[in-house]
Amino acid sequence: MSLIQLKHASKSFGSQHVLRDITLDVREGETLVLIGESGCGKSVTMKLMMDLLEPTQGEVLWDGRPIRSRSEKQITRERLKFGYLFQQAALFDSLTVFENVAFGLRQNKRLPEQKVVETVHGRLRDVGLSPDVVVDKKPAELSGGMRKRVGLARALAMSPAIMLYDEPTTGLDPIMSDVINELILRTRDREKMTSVVVTHDMHTVRKVADRIVMFYPLTRLKPDEPQIIFEGTAKDAFASDDPRVHQFIRGEAGERLTELAAA
Amino acid sequence: MLDGVRLVGDLTLFALKMVWWINWPRGGVIWPIMYQTGVLSIPVILITGGFIGMVLAVQAYDQFAMMGMENQLGTVINVTLVKELGPVLAALMLAGRVGSSMAAELGTMRVTEQIDALTALGANPVRFLVVPRFLACFLLIPLLTIVADGIGMLSGWIFSTKVLGVHSFYYWHHSFNFITAYDVLSGVIKSVFFGAAIAIIACHRGFHSEAGAEGVGKAATESFVYTFIAILLIDFLLGTFFMKFYYVLWPGDVAMV
Repeated sequence: MSLIQLKHASKSFGSQHVLRDITLDVREGETLVLIGESGCGKSVTMKLMMDLLEPTQGEVLWDGRPIRSRSEKQITRERLKFGYLFQQAALFDSLTVFENVAFGLRQNKRLPEQKVVETVHGRLRDVGLSPDVVVDKKPAELSGGMRKRVGLARALAMSPAIMLYDEPTTGLDPIMSDVINELILRTRDREKMTSVVVTHDMHTVRKVADRIVMFYPLTRLKPDEPQIIFEGTAKDAFASDDPRVHQFIRGEAGERLTELAAA
Repeated sequence: MLDGVRLVGDLTLFALKMVWWINWPRGGVIWPIMYQTGVLSIPVILITGGFIGMVLAVQAYDQFAMMGMENQLGTVINVTLVKELGPVLAALMLAGRVGSSMAAELGTMRVTEQIDALTALGANPVRFLVVPRFLACFLLIPLLTIVADGIGMLSGWIFSTKVLGVHSFYYWHHSFNFITAYDVLSGVIKSVFFGAAIAIIACHRGFHSEAGAEGVGKAATESFVYTFIAILLIDFLLGTFFMKFYYVLWPGDVAMV
């Protein structure tokens, strides 16, 4: 069953076109990985999925029903089934780690304070952070890896059914990247969660993907060419004979430097 | 021209959305913002008010002395202060101190995806971020204006009597003969509108900040420039309105309106 569907969705920011006629679905229980060059619209696609952005054309469906057929209140309520790990974690600067992780709980669930404390501490432990050490710290006092893990704890505190990860390993060292990959797998297995991961990290792709969708930048496509250039398993992607898929997966510059210089 | 119309339309929709979500925020949210807006603005308001009073005394004294009317100095200083310069200059200072800071703070939250994170966690960003800032400006800027007026009157009186040698009795006697409650009230009512304009424009620019440090800087600058223009425009429109309204209330009066 498709939890999220994009139907012929396009997105532009002013005169800048980012997505064109994207049709894509996210199936229950799977881990879908979106890959592609920087600026090809992966993160925008994920924001469309959660209704943080609206498509310029086309529509997005949750559980087979267009989002826009719901009232604003229903959208806000149903959005809570999503957890979102932002690229730079997007922790609230003015709040402590505890207040950050407790934010969604306090905002939406009328829980006794003791239950909030238990949930926050539990989620911090789930992501490998010691509550005693971090709860009173401000985000600025944390390393990049810790911030990502607090962001993950904040998203998981709401017990979402679908988890969206926006470049979860970007800017982290290889060991911390793998810690995040393990957390994605552990969360998926333990909570039976559907996941969507945007990444450039091929190690993450190999490790977590059930299905891969590869986007290509609109600026490099002809008007009639589809923007999704690959859909399949990780094994299929690594065996693909499409030179564009091959080049991305191998991380080869090819003629790109010459093209960039000419542009 | 088209961009200007679009901006005004966008600001109006933003303000309506803010009105739709208006409620009294939790203490933990509103008090820190009120402290930032109100308490931390007091020094700048004291300095502004203090200098306005003294500058008015310096500028008006020679003209009045030439006509032998230096004892009337209090009238011109105090009327100008409570009706015009107090509210307008206090609002301009606050547009710089409070408005730009709000635009930069919300702009940073926009570019670091903290506003998206609020939405993702089920909080309405307008209700959570804009409403408390609006209430703080709307409620506190009139109070700050009264402080600016008060300190301006005090500094004008001290400078006029101690430095320029105007007699204290006549200074206040003529002031009280000419300043009416209507004058004071019209200045304070104007400052309510200035406060609303500062909050709405600053939050709007912050919410629509472009990416990066340059985008946030641009949002803060635009916030100040647009607020500056809005304050002058509101001052002109309300000033005209209060003048006409005065004659509606008291048709035969020829007081200094």
